[in-house]
Amino acid sequence: METDSVRPSGAGTSQRSPVIEARKLDLTFQTNDGAVQALRDVNLTINKGDFVSFIGPSGCGKTTFLRVVAALEHPTGGQITVNGMSPDEARRKRAYGYVFQAAGLYPWRTIAKNIKLPLEIMGYSRAQQDEQVARVLKLVDLEGFGAKYPWQLSGGMQQRASIARALAFDAEILLMDEPFGALDEIVRDHLNEQLLALWDRTGKTIGFVTHSIPEAVYLSTKIVVMSPRPGRITDVIESTLPRERPLDIRDTPEFLAIAHRVREGLRAGHAYDD
Amino acid sequence: MKTAFPVLVVLAAIVALWYAAVAPMNIRTALDQAERAGAAVEPAGARERLEVSVWRLMIDNPDHVSEGYALDRPRLPTPVQVGEELWKTTGEMVLKGRAMSKRSLIYHASITLQSTLWGFLLGTTLGILGAVAIVHSRVMDMSVMPWAIISQTIPIVALAPMIIVLSAQLGIEGRGVPKAIISAYLCYFPVLVGMVKGLRAPTASQLDLLRTYNASQRETFFKLRLPASLPYLFTSLKIGIASALVGTIVGELPTGAISGLGARILIGDQFGTPLAIWAALLAAAILAGVLVTLLDILQRVTLKRMGMPT
Amino acid sequence: MTLLIFSVVIWCAVWAMNRQIANSPDRDDRAARIFVPVVLGGATLFLWEGLVTGLGVSPVILPAPSDIAATFAASTAILWEDFVQTVLKGALTGYVIGCTAAFVIAVLIDRSSFLTRGLLPIGNFVAALPIVGIAPILVSWFGFDWQSKAAVVVVMVFFPMLVNTVQGLRETDAMQRDLMRTYAAGYLQTLVKLRLPAAMPFVFNGLKIASTLALIGAIVAEYFGSPTRGMGFRISTGVGSLSIDLVWAEIAVAAIVGTLLYGGVSWIEKVVTFWHPSQRR
Repeated sequence: METDSVRPSGAGTSQRSPVIEARKLDLTFQTNDGAVQALRDVNLTINKGDFVSFIGPSGCGKTTFLRVVAALEHPTGGQITVNGMSPDEARRKRAYGYVFQAAGLYPWRTIAKNIKLPLEIMGYSRAQQDEQVARVLKLVDLEGFGAKYPWQLSGGMQQRASIARALAFDAEILLMDEPFGALDEIVRDHLNEQLLALWDRTGKTIGFVTHSIPEAVYLSTKIVVMSPRPGRITDVIESTLPRERPLDIRDTPEFLAIAHRVREGLRAGHAYDD
Repeated sequence: MKTAFPVLVVLAAIVALWYAAVAPMNIRTALDQAERAGAAVEPAGARERLEVSVWRLMIDNPDHVSEGYALDRPRLPTPVQVGEELWKTTGEMVLKGRAMSKRSLIYHASITLQSTLWGFLLGTTLGILGAVAIVHSRVMDMSVMPWAIISQTIPIVALAPMIIVLSAQLGIEGRGVPKAIISAYLCYFPVLVGMVKGLRAPTASQLDLLRTYNASQRETFFKLRLPASLPYLFTSLKIGIASALVGTIVGELPTGAISGLGARILIGDQFGTPLAIWAALLAAAILAGVLVTLLDILQRVTLKRMGMPT
Repeated sequence: MTLLIFSVVIWCAVWAMNRQIANSPDRDDRAARIFVPVVLGGATLFLWEGLVTGLGVSPVILPAPSDIAATFAASTAILWEDFVQTVLKGALTGYVIGCTAAFVIAVLIDRSSFLTRGLLPIGNFVAALPIVGIAPILVSWFGFDWQSKAAVVVVMVFFPMLVNTVQGLRETDAMQRDLMRTYAAGYLQTLVKLRLPAAMPFVFNGLKIASTLALIGAIVAEYFGSPTRGMGFRISTGVGSLSIDLVWAEIAVAAIVGTLLYGGVSWIEKVVTFWHPSQRR
């Protein structure tokens, strides 16, 4: 299914070594109403340094795929490797940071203590913990908020803190499940810009689930269009946009062309029966 | 049915533990009795045996362990003994046509039930009226609510004998009234708290909608607040009836009552018949279970009719 | 008679004043929230005084608050002895043992969802039962002194505490547990860092319920036999010998202790669960 397009230029770090590889992946949930095919015959390669968006209507399996990568769900057929290992081995090696739709910060911990949570679990020393917290707070622009409690922060700031938490242990892969879905448009734009900058600086591989076409096109080097019943990939679009992307790139014809192709892909896969 | 199996297994485990505990609990009494009956017991003499642990006694007198399961006045009766005693004082009395005799637990349970229901009625009425007043009046909310909370931190049992003396001095006939008052005292609070929560359950937008209709406070109450509060009310009614029963029994315990389940416990204590205490306790547990289950059914039926999730 | 009329007038005046405060913009002030109920309580005590003296109620039926206060001041030695016996020895020992045991057992059974499903309904049922009824049995098992009172308290506080802790430990949502999984956190790490803190509001709910039950248990158990001291002993003998003012003094002690105990637990709750929406301001 992979389409050949021009790779974004300027990415000096983009060695084309695969980080996540899925072959003929199937996942069937047993529910009270019978079996539901959440994923069928999913083939996908994500390379190091890619920013991959998964887009599609609800029930298309985009979140499920991300959870399979994170070993939070287990496929019922096919193969998937993360860094050449099984997802569960990768999880144990703490290969990825995961950002959920809700910030999910612990209300009884300050922002700094929240970011330290994975570090405590992974056995970092006190000094390392403090160092990492300072580093990632700067990365997400939350310097000076370390001592605040989550409920004292706005929704956007909370989500930034949760991204910082996922970055704290410096995993190579960042998995994000609609992280900005609950935020308003203006905050979202701002965070998208920041996320791109962060990706550029760190060279991480990012898997990003979203509902929003502009968001997917703006952020990604690769857009995976999915459709439901059964959940499957209908199109994979390699972005032709440059790596450097100011917000107003969204008004260029190139951007609109990609957005159009995504929309076509969504329409083709969607029967509008609900 | 998902929970039925685990519950049964846990119950079976509790009964098994109970049976296992009977042997060490009763070995001393069993040995005393055997010794009086002329059997050789190691060591001889009740006083000497107090120096020895129950486990040692059980090992040294293996033949007498089983006697601990069939004592007339056991420290810890077996579940079967309690069941038999309960049957003797309920089912058998019914078969003999003496269900309401003074020796029947059905009679005593009915006395307790009466006070409980009166207390429940009184407590629920107070609780609901209090909640309505608190929701509609700020001054009630600010002045009364803190005292309602404090009233529950005061151990009612300290007041129970006083309430009974007071009502006797005031010339109130019968022991039912003071018991019902104590019962209402324990019962009103959960109802009050649950009802305040329930009456405040409607969201701002639901209240605003009625404001756009220019609905009166009365209409808002009957069309929105009251129906919205029902799930909360039923939940607290279930707690309330259980508390009312506790209150009645507490009211019967320290006051020299002669009828009622609490009185049976008291009398069983005074006459040294532990089986009577255990049977009365079991009867109280069954009564509590029945009352709560009845309210639960009422809740399901009512809420289903109103189209609310149960 | 003038005292009666005066007290009624004062009470009505206080109510009118509270009404003013409750409808003023400052009503959410901390000071107002404390002042309003306290002043009403004081006025009610004064009304009680006025009613009893004004109507000449026999002190055997209802003594005036001033008489109770006088008796209280005159019998501090007795009251202290009873307080030590009933509250410090009986209620607190039982409270600590019962709550600790319930907490530990809740954490242990929580590892098995089978046990949890089996025990929770039973625990819920037992927590609603009139457990005070076992007082005579435990008194006959453990003797007349405070040990039997503590045992009654242990049994009474155990189930509410157990049920609340187990429920609290189940409070975490799927996302928070998934997060811990992505960190490859072990059972203990998840317990200490996520589930115990999240359970704290429930644990404290259990501790608060248990605090009122503890006093009830310790006092009731004394009605079934005790050495010649203790609040329950004093109340039951006081009622018999018609030394009603001493009984009321004991009731006052019980009320103060109950409120302080509950208030103390609530205060610790506030400190520990400062983050919970119900505690934030």
